[in-house]
Amino acid sequence: VRICVVGVGAVGSLFAANLARLDDVEVWGYDLARDHVDAINRDGLRLSGAGEVVGRVRATSDPAELPPCDFGIVATKAMHTAAAIRATAAAFAGGSVATVQNGLGNEESIAEHVERVIRGTTFPAGKVVAPGQVQWDVKGDTTFGPFEPQPAPREAIGALADACTRAGMPAQVVEDARGAQWRKVIFNAATNPVGALTGLTHGQVVEDPALRRVVSGLVDEGKAVAAAQGIVLDADPEELIDHAARPDVAYGHRASMLQDVEARRATEVDYLNGGLVRFGGEHGVPTPLNAAIWALVKGLERSWE
Amino acid sequence: VRTCVVGAGAIGSLYAAHLARVGDSFVLTRRAEHAEALNREGLRVSGRHEFSAHVRAATRPEQLPEPDLVIVATKTTALEPAAAALAGHWPDALVMTTQNGLGADEVVRRHGDWRLILAVTFMSGTKHSDTHVEYVLDTATWLGPSGDTPFERAQEVAALVEASGLKAEALPDLRPAQWSKLIFNATVNGVAALTGLPHDWHFAAENGVSDLGHLVHDLVDEGKRVAAAAGVQLRNDPWEMNVLATRRGSAHFPSMLEDVEAHRPTEVDLINGALVREAERHGVDAPLHLALLRLVKAREASYST
Repeated sequence: VRICVVGVGAVGSLFAANLARLDDVEVWGYDLARDHVDAINRDGLRLSGAGEVVGRVRATSDPAELPPCDFGIVATKAMHTAAAIRATAAAFAGGSVATVQNGLGNEESIAEHVERVIRGTTFPAGKVVAPGQVQWDVKGDTTFGPFEPQPAPREAIGALADACTRAGMPAQVVEDARGAQWRKVIFNAATNPVGALTGLTHGQVVEDPALRRVVSGLVDEGKAVAAAQGIVLDADPEELIDHAARPDVAYGHRASMLQDVEARRATEVDYLNGGLVRFGGEHGVPTPLNAAIWALVKGLERSWE
Repeated sequence: VRTCVVGAGAIGSLYAAHLARVGDSFVLTRRAEHAEALNREGLRVSGRHEFSAHVRAATRPEQLPEPDLVIVATKTTALEPAAAALAGHWPDALVMTTQNGLGADEVVRRHGDWRLILAVTFMSGTKHSDTHVEYVLDTATWLGPSGDTPFERAQEVAALVEASGLKAEALPDLRPAQWSKLIFNATVNGVAALTGLPHDWHFAAENGVSDLGHLVHDLVDEGKRVAAAAGVQLRNDPWEMNVLATRRGSAHFPSMLEDVEAHRPTEVDLINGALVREAERHGVDAPLHLALLRLVKAREASYST
């Protein structure tokens, strides 16, 4: 089985390095960062932290070098999905492509360029600490399911989940993967921008009762948008928010959006709060708080120009 | 005529320097070295007006003769101690408040039974040193009687301020003007503090879906609903005030943005907080201003982490 990870950042590296441990899987990685690609080809892709792994991954920044693949796993930031899949689509002409990205709309972007698409949501996290080296912070599960308008075959989804699970990245297949995806989107949309706008860690956001009400206001709107589409969340995002605030989980975690803001990088807010506003609009569900937060974070991004 | 300005920030310095051209101008400062510098060097104005003024400064009211008019020009956050320091002094003086928010006259009234004038000012300046202020925006001060102060006294004060070279207008009822400014301030200051944007064209942009003007418009509309519930007819449309201000060319840095960048406490409790409390009192919702209030308060809390 040949798998290509598109976007070998933190999450992409966790999939690529772990899958490369399997004898029956050949792993490729596509990434635009040349120094990262060179280090991976020279020294292997190294994970440390929650697991110590050195994966033999063939990395490239040139899509023409990619051989035909059975699977793609897209792990770029959401704003790079369209460009990344447009560049690599030829390698997946006979395969299926899964997304493990944050936010809403990635499957739709991928489906514009490939036939068979897998909706996915993943919870493990880490960060790239040097070219070819990734710190694995948190282990976590992955959920795959068909992208309804252009689904991958059931057997293909099962084969990908099986490979991930055997590689130490536990994955399950469900009939409707939207429940897991929307739980994570609602979690991210309610907590990441609040951290980004205030400068507070996840735990500090949750323990401030007034701020916690802002978070819940955002969650409630997200839940209403999900419900209007008939999506049954696989669990309550509020539980995840409180769980993550525990000192032994992620109390001191600075949301990725806060890290983006501090580094003055574009954030994923268009695909989180922006996505909720868009889907809310399509289904007649008002989302005034998410719209406000979206505008504030976009304003913050524009203040750097 | 004798006037005394309490609090020589940018606004207080502009009043004190100009009023020295039409009478004896006193200044009460918090810091002794500030008073000494003013007594030694006088007060220099640059920008729209260029002149130097002689003022008499002190840190305590008993060090000065009784003035005819006291202008309290401290920040809203410093009003309470400033009013307390005046208690028992200058019983025949007319006292004018210029603070943002609502209820400055009520704060002063708790410390003495002076005749009161309520003012809001739209002029702006930049303090370059304790003895040098730049006159930036030459917009008017609106003032009106509070309690049983006759309107004629407000007209006299307006005439005096005009004679000094600043712009002023007396209004029989200040509330419509005060609320217009409150809604404008709550909206512009809160959004600027959270986005880092000065008050520039972004605040009036409504083309793209995530443009900031939509949020600004929503915040203004929410403020108007609170005003309507409080039975206040606005003097100016805060949205039009916003659009006009963004077209002036030079972008203004709202005080709340400056406070957040300098890690100082902001006036958000007295501006957005005032609006939220009025909403509660009159039984209407103000969820967006409440969210801004909570986010800015949380931003203040992040200073110490």
